[in-house]
Amino acid sequence: MATHSVSIAFAGSGGAGVMTAGQILLDAAAKAGYYGLMTRSSGPQIRGGEAAAMVRIGTKPIAAVDDKFDVLIAFDWGNVHRFAAEIPLLPDSLILTDPSQGEIHAALLAYRTRVADLQMAALAKAIPGGRVNMVGLGAIAALIGLPIDTVVEVVSDQLKKKGPEALQASAAAIRAGAEATAGIESPAQLAPALPSSVEHWNISGNEAAGLGAVRGGVRFCAAYPITPATEVLEWLAPNLADLGGVLVQAEDELASINMCLGASFGGVPSITATSGPGLALMIEAIGLGIASETPVVVVDVMRGGPSTGIPTKSEQSDLNIAIYGMHGDAPHLVLAPNAIDDCVFTTQWAVHLAEALQCPAIVLSDQGMGQSRAVVDRPADLAFIARRVTAEANTQGYRRYALTGTGVSPMAVPGTPGCMYTADGLEHNERGTPSSQAADHQKQMDKRADKLADYDYGNHWADIEGDGEVAVITWGSITGAVREALDRMAERGLKAKLISVRLLTPVQPEKMAAALAGVKKALVIEQTHSAQFYHFLRAFYRLPAEVEVFHRPGPLPVRPGEIESKLAAWM
Amino acid sequence: MTAQAQTLTAKDFKSDIKPVWCPGCGDFSVLSAVTKALAELQLRPEKVAVVSGIGCSSRIPAYTNVYGFHGVHGRALATATGLKLARPDMTVVVTGGDGDGFSIGGNHFLHACRRNVDMTYIVMDNEVYGMTKGQASPTTDPDWCNSKLTPEGPGVTKLRPLNLALAAGANFVGRGFSGDPNEVARLIAEGIQHPGFSFIQVLSPCVTFRSEQRGWKDIVRKDTLKPRHTMAEAMQVLAEDDGFNTGILFAGDRPPFQPGQKAVTELAAIERRFAS
Ligand SMILES: Cc1ncc(C[n+]2csc(CCOP(=O)(O)OP(=O)(O)O)c2C)c(N)n1
Ligand code: SF4
Repeated sequence: MATHSVSIAFAGSGGAGVMTAGQILLDAAAKAGYYGLMTRSSGPQIRGGEAAAMVRIGTKPIAAVDDKFDVLIAFDWGNVHRFAAEIPLLPDSLILTDPSQGEIHAALLAYRTRVADLQMAALAKAIPGGRVNMVGLGAIAALIGLPIDTVVEVVSDQLKKKGPEALQASAAAIRAGAEATAGIESPAQLAPALPSSVEHWNISGNEAAGLGAVRGGVRFCAAYPITPATEVLEWLAPNLADLGGVLVQAEDELASINMCLGASFGGVPSITATSGPGLALMIEAIGLGIASETPVVVVDVMRGGPSTGIPTKSEQSDLNIAIYGMHGDAPHLVLAPNAIDDCVFTTQWAVHLAEALQCPAIVLSDQGMGQSRAVVDRPADLAFIARRVTAEANTQGYRRYALTGTGVSPMAVPGTPGCMYTADGLEHNERGTPSSQAADHQKQMDKRADKLADYDYGNHWADIEGDGEVAVITWGSITGAVREALDRMAERGLKAKLISVRLLTPVQPEKMAAALAGVKKALVIEQTHSAQFYHFLRAFYRLPAEVEVFHRPGPLPVRPGEIESKLAAWM
Repeated sequence: MTAQAQTLTAKDFKSDIKPVWCPGCGDFSVLSAVTKALAELQLRPEKVAVVSGIGCSSRIPAYTNVYGFHGVHGRALATATGLKLARPDMTVVVTGGDGDGFSIGGNHFLHACRRNVDMTYIVMDNEVYGMTKGQASPTTDPDWCNSKLTPEGPGVTKLRPLNLALAAGANFVGRGFSGDPNEVARLIAEGIQHPGFSFIQVLSPCVTFRSEQRGWKDIVRKDTLKPRHTMAEAMQVLAEDDGFNTGILFAGDRPPFQPGQKAVTELAAIERRFAS
């Protein structure tokens, strides 16, 4: 029977070409008009450990990883069993194994799936220059019904530089793999792709955040590498330079955030990206951005915490530090994209808001979005760009921190004659002169709070979908799994409303009240150990009388089925 | 406004804000030297930025009439680096103390020297934390026992800032004494004009917590450092230096660091690469 989505896991030791196979499968699916999602996993070794590329392909946009995999194909069995929990299988799933490359571990056999042999090593060996991963790729394409010619086309594009021999070898290996599946019953054949008028993009969440930044007008980045955020910075490096901007590698995160503040003080919209440990180091300077009213955007691609935690796995546990991390009363913006393609919009919007409100913005992405790659409809450009209120040259009696009605005061960009001032993290009066007077403190605190509170954030503060007396309130990457779970519930005739909060601070109590009108009970869903989001909601929002929370930490992604069963039991 | 810009004096670079410093503090003279140097170079005030961290000495930006950023403790060099890389058209001067620059900001000092961004760093060295009321800094003598925090003395070898700057790759290294603001002004002017990262240590007494530093005026040897152009020669000079010679120690020829800014692509072209 044709299906609308299939999930494939490629696994093997490092160097076996697992990621390449997954990547090509995703590219080929995109070329054939499908949507897709590829997540990756690897062992703790820096290089050469076990690796898994997990690809889901479908006829409709893919919101999340599925509950189970249709096929697990292992190029060898090395330490692949360590992925057993990450690659759930059902009895009607299929394991493809090459008996010459070891035995299937008990942890995987426990799923009691169908097993089929595929002599990948021997087939590859018979082709001069043939590679096992290409044989495996061909087999998978044939089993799920992806046109082999499309796969070969994609490989040709990618191997252009390597010359005709490499190309021929790969094409032959792919075809050999495809032919070798004769006699193996397919676990899932893809339904034909649907025609689409929208351009499809192949993009990772980290690239999407980088793109959102430059769409918003960012032209400066200071970078210190950290998993799983590095790709944001690596994407920005050449692209910022090509656009006339600058990326500089800093000596640490204390430097990178302060460099960004310096550049932004200079009038250039600035960004940096990091993960939990780096965000912890940046906190003092983010406070400086708040006090000195210097815009800056920090993308925190969250990973398992605390401390070094689990660098390669996702979690939503930096919510507390992002919201409450600053010392003093320090109003600032915290935003969260809720899908890979939304990393473009949310980061762009964050740049726009930071600049408009002269305030730091923290964007909470996570490993699950950042390091996954999706085939999506081209993310629309809503044209939110950096537009800072600046001072006119020679403004009489210029006061940098003047109390205006909006709380936003014209900021003189260095180079502007007659408006010289000193930006200060010390409490100050309207002119910027340091002051410890009670009246100045009160007024400047009010100004910094009011400018955020009074701003009209429009509809983007949350994604609200569906109807009903039951609501699910969530945020961030887990939204994808919630969406899919709610779709499945809807098919069973169970209606619920989704509220996925994009603007975490400043809080929007009136908008939330409107969204919750008529809702009798709510389920809060998040990926933390201590239910951080739930406690945050309890503190700042009026929730329905009946509220429950479903929360658990990483490293395993929350799958739609998990949420579905929770909802089914609760609704 | 006349088209012809008027000649500016040091006074034009001073703000009307009264410094919080103790009477007699060396930093007054450094402030004068900074404004004098800016006037000497006839820089437009709006094209200059003074960036600092936290400490008595770090208060300088607000006392000048140029753009200023009074940031957090120890990070002035990072802030200034971002500003200069984003705005190469600005003249960037960084000011601070020995605690700010060599203790909490020590790592940034190393990397600012090796990165060699075109800016000038003035450290008012009083061998003490003035603002927090008299604790040992990295340049304090190991047997200085007048701090409640280290009553038996810090017991740690003092840092030699010029040696460090030179070894780390600063492109211009000098030392002045606040008791001679004209010489300090000359050093600052030369530092600003010299391409790359210029480091100037200014011995600037803290009359409140290190009153014995009033005696520095009798020890300092004026203009005894003459510019060397290789690190080896400059290091040799430092081997004999007791920290009280002033002048320009080193003027190198490393090109300043300025990444990026190629401006060869439109955003639309970048976006097209995502199309599958
Ligand atoms: C993160 C942080 N830690 C500690 C302090 C407290 N503090 C303020 S100034 C200072 C030392 C200043 O000494 P120095 O840089 O030598 O400047 P001086 O006051 O002597 O001019 C310290 C420790 C602070 N402001 N921030
Ligand atoms: S405490 Fe020392 S360094 Fe600070 S202002 Fe007074 S004399 Fe100057």
